[in-house]
Amino acid sequence: MEQTPVLITLLGMGLVTYLPRLLPAWFLRERELPPFLVAWLHYVPVAVLAALLVPSLLLQDGEFALCWNNLYLWAAVLAILVAWKTKNMFATVLAGMAVVALTRLLGF
Amino acid sequence: MQESKAFTPSLQALAPALPVVMGYLPIGFAYGVLAINAGLTPFETIAMSVIVYAGSAQLMAVSLFQAGINPFSIVATTFIINLRHLLFSASLAPYLEHWHKSQVAAFCYELTDETFGVHSLRFERGENTAGPSSAINLTCQLAWVVGTILGVVAGGLITDVKPFALDYALPAMFIALLILQIKAKLHLVVALTGGVVSMLLWLGGVTQWNVILATLLAATLGAGVETWSKRRS
Repeated sequence: MEQTPVLITLLGMGLVTYLPRLLPAWFLRERELPPFLVAWLHYVPVAVLAALLVPSLLLQDGEFALCWNNLYLWAAVLAILVAWKTKNMFATVLAGMAVVALTRLLGF
Repeated sequence: MQESKAFTPSLQALAPALPVVMGYLPIGFAYGVLAINAGLTPFETIAMSVIVYAGSAQLMAVSLFQAGINPFSIVATTFIINLRHLLFSASLAPYLEHWHKSQVAAFCYELTDETFGVHSLRFERGENTAGPSSAINLTCQLAWVVGTILGVVAGGLITDVKPFALDYALPAMFIALLILQIKAKLHLVVALTGGVVSMLLWLGGVTQWNVILATLLAATLGAGVETWSKRRS
């Protein structure tokens, strides 16, 4: 991997990450946004997380895998339950990873 | 106001950072291992945790770098993934009214899903002084960078993260963040729409922009339905 493009990409990533973090607080400290924009921004987290999550669960080595032996799906079921019950991010991540690690360890 | 109390024992002021630190160490570690094994140098791997500091975007970028995706697409994807920070920043803005500009600039640099969660709770309690807030942020990013460094060190030894299930850290984190955000039926509808559309677009050959397009569509649906039902009532 070439050094320069990666570093320039990192700086670009840093910039497009920092600006959304900074600009609203910087400019809107005393102003109100149009209601539709507020509503739209409100749904972005849910929409983007789901849009990232579903392919990450259903794609195994670049192939669509909606099937019974998809370990990611089973771990997701447990992780969703843990997240729902505990509302705890750390517990959810740990539970999901534990299912995946144990299943692989036992060789299923 | 309890700031004076919270400020004197500085360790006590850092207490809200603890759950975030506990989460960032293993996920930062997983990122470090995955990045090294994807072919990034230790310097690049650690630099990303310092410069970008956004878990989901960093893990996504690692797989995009590995797949040889062009820099513009990586930056564009990062932008879309991190667009949600607009909402965090906008939502915390009123509490930063009396802060110095440099304090706002520093605080916002380290605004993540998790630190946002912590601060939105603190600020509501009236604990919105700049000093402790920035100290919490700094502690969290330090944990992220330390986790990354440990992952970089281990990355040379661990060639396959599968036995440790570190490849599942990202999906599990998305699940946690997603479920914690679903507070109403419409959230669930938006989530299902975003997830299904993203998958369908990918299957239809739109493998670069599926997340972006699905997000735009699902968020617009949510905002549209909300606006429409408010107008009706």
